Amino acid sequence: MSHSVDLIDIEMIFGQVRAVEKFSASVEGGEFFSILGPSGCGKTTVLRLVAGFIQPTAGRVLIGGKDVTGSGPHQRPTSMIFQSLALFPLMPVWENIVFGLEVRGIPKAERRKRAEELLDLIALPGFGDRMIHELSGGQKQRVAIARALAVEPQVLLLDEPLSALDLKLRQHMRAELRALQKRTGVTFIYITHDQSEALAMSDRVAVMSAGKLQQIATPRELYANPATSFVARFVGETNEFPGRVRGVSDGIAAVETRHGLLKGRAGPGLRAGDQAAVYVRPEAVSLETENDNRIEAEAERLEFEGAVAILHAKAQDGQAVLAAIAHRGLGQAPVSGGAIKLSFTPAEALVLANV
Amino acid sequence: MSSLTARFGPGLGGTILLLVGLWLIGMVLAPNLMMLDFSLRPNLMPNQIGTEADRYTLANFIALFSDSVHRAIFFKTVWASALVTLTTLVVTYPLAFWLAKIATPRGMALALVALIIPFWINEVLRTLAWYILLAFNGPLNAVLLGLGIIAEPVRWFGDFGVLAGMVYAYILFMLFPIYNSISTLETAQIEAARNLGASTVRIHRRIVIPHAKAGIATGCVFTFMLAAGSYVAPALLGSPGSRWFTEIIYNWFFEGGNWNRGAAYALVLLVLCMLVVLAALRVFRVNLADVAK
Repeated sequence: MSHSVDLIDIEMIFGQVRAVEKFSASVEGGEFFSILGPSGCGKTTVLRLVAGFIQPTAGRVLIGGKDVTGSGPHQRPTSMIFQSLALFPLMPVWENIVFGLEVRGIPKAERRKRAEELLDLIALPGFGDRMIHELSGGQKQRVAIARALAVEPQVLLLDEPLSALDLKLRQHMRAELRALQKRTGVTFIYITHDQSEALAMSDRVAVMSAGKLQQIATPRELYANPATSFVARFVGETNEFPGRVRGVSDGIAAVETRHGLLKGRAGPGLRAGDQAAVYVRPEAVSLETENDNRIEAEAERLEFEGAVAILHAKAQDGQAVLAAIAHRGLGQAPVSGGAIKLSFTPAEALVLANV
Repeated sequence: MSSLTARFGPGLGGTILLLVGLWLIGMVLAPNLMMLDFSLRPNLMPNQIGTEADRYTLANFIALFSDSVHRAIFFKTVWASALVTLTTLVVTYPLAFWLAKIATPRGMALALVALIIPFWINEVLRTLAWYILLAFNGPLNAVLLGLGIIAEPVRWFGDFGVLAGMVYAYILFMLFPIYNSISTLETAQIEAARNLGASTVRIHRRIVIPHAKAGIATGCVFTFMLAAGSYVAPALLGSPGSRWFTEIIYNWFFEGGNWNRGAAYALVLLVLCMLVVLAALRVFRVNLADVAK
């Protein structure tokens, strides 16, 4: 598939603030691509750079292989859905939806027809003559999507559009957005600070922190093989055991920690003597004792969650350790206050250098 | 009214109501009724007052519309005030938009200071400044001559002088209502329209102006009323050919000594202004409550 959006060494400086640093990414045509990061990490700036609302201080933006750096938001084949939706309250729904066509000089009868088609697409038939304030949150959401799709963009840019909705509606809209994206084949670039949203919907996710790109990967890869300590901590639950790397061999690093020597797969560029940490997911921690990495701990409490139970334990130095224990392993579950041995295999742990 | 007594108690609440009532009756209603009374009586010598000749008549109103000069000045005042309003709107709208949506906080503070400080000075003095600027041997002519734009000095006093003086005098009355209403427009709406391909003109026509309608109507109503009732600018910056209706009223009262005729003329102007306000609200489909906000 062809590249839809290419960002090449993008840099954005506002006064003294470096909002985006050396950001490069290639988004494939028809891909659902998310940019995930905590608020203030520069993800919205990246989106606005793609839309053309702002121009990068350095670097280039390519859309469909064409260099669009320097052109404005009305000259790019992108369409944006704003966090606030930014629907036009003084126009009825149908005029909102086909505003982009009105701008292009398409006659009214044709616009009206197109509006009805789009209302069918977003499952709001017959809503054309309503005013925006008469719609519910989810309906407004869909009108905003229809308005953005009406101009047949190559790329749809979504700036946390679900953040104003309640949890239930948000989950519903997630599925709907994903289905709409597959149906229309339009490239989606989706901004969010909600990792579950990004992981659930996206083909690939770019994780950003403090203006820097941390990793671009599929949701699964991101979870299994975070490239940096930030990604390991930000995406999903994890246990972190800091220490110093004693040695690396055959891709396995041994780290001297306060809990003794722990081993895990070595992250990129790791060398002996580095300050690093061993990261292990709660579901990789078990109560079996034959694994290589063992931690003496004291059980604190057990939270039963159905398929798994979350064991909260405290290591000898007081560090909290989480273990997700599968249902079938619960027979041997420890009692609160009891001494336990937690363990995990080096293959399921990852050693990443501190940044 | 009940909230007033609830807040201040019956004693103080009642006093406030009484004072407001006295103010409205004594300072607004009574003078206007007296004007009405004056306007409907003929101008008589003191010894004729109370005699048979002292009876109600429409002669003063008929006189205005049968005197071709006064009639012409009246209608000219109407359309010239409309022109002042339109010009002020055209000058002010971009400025209001810039202040509300584009200016940095620093730029905005500077612009506001530059706009407001001159208004600390009395209107007469501000108009005198224009009087000096526009004088036949004044700085404007000197600059234009120096730049070679004009070959000989222009007489600015007259219609142009009055227009310039009034636009300047009333710009803030137009600026603030429009600025207020534009600043409540969500910037993302402008960006969304731009993103959908809209040109600047279309963004203003379809998004900004409809949103700022109430502010624009308020500013236009203020400016029209002030312009129609203006005296200083036409008196100082006008010429015999650009006489304002207020000058005629002034003359009847203070030079012609005919208060009755003057009162009739003033009432006609008052009714005109009220009609214009109602018409403007109708045209902009705004109600009085929106304007008051």
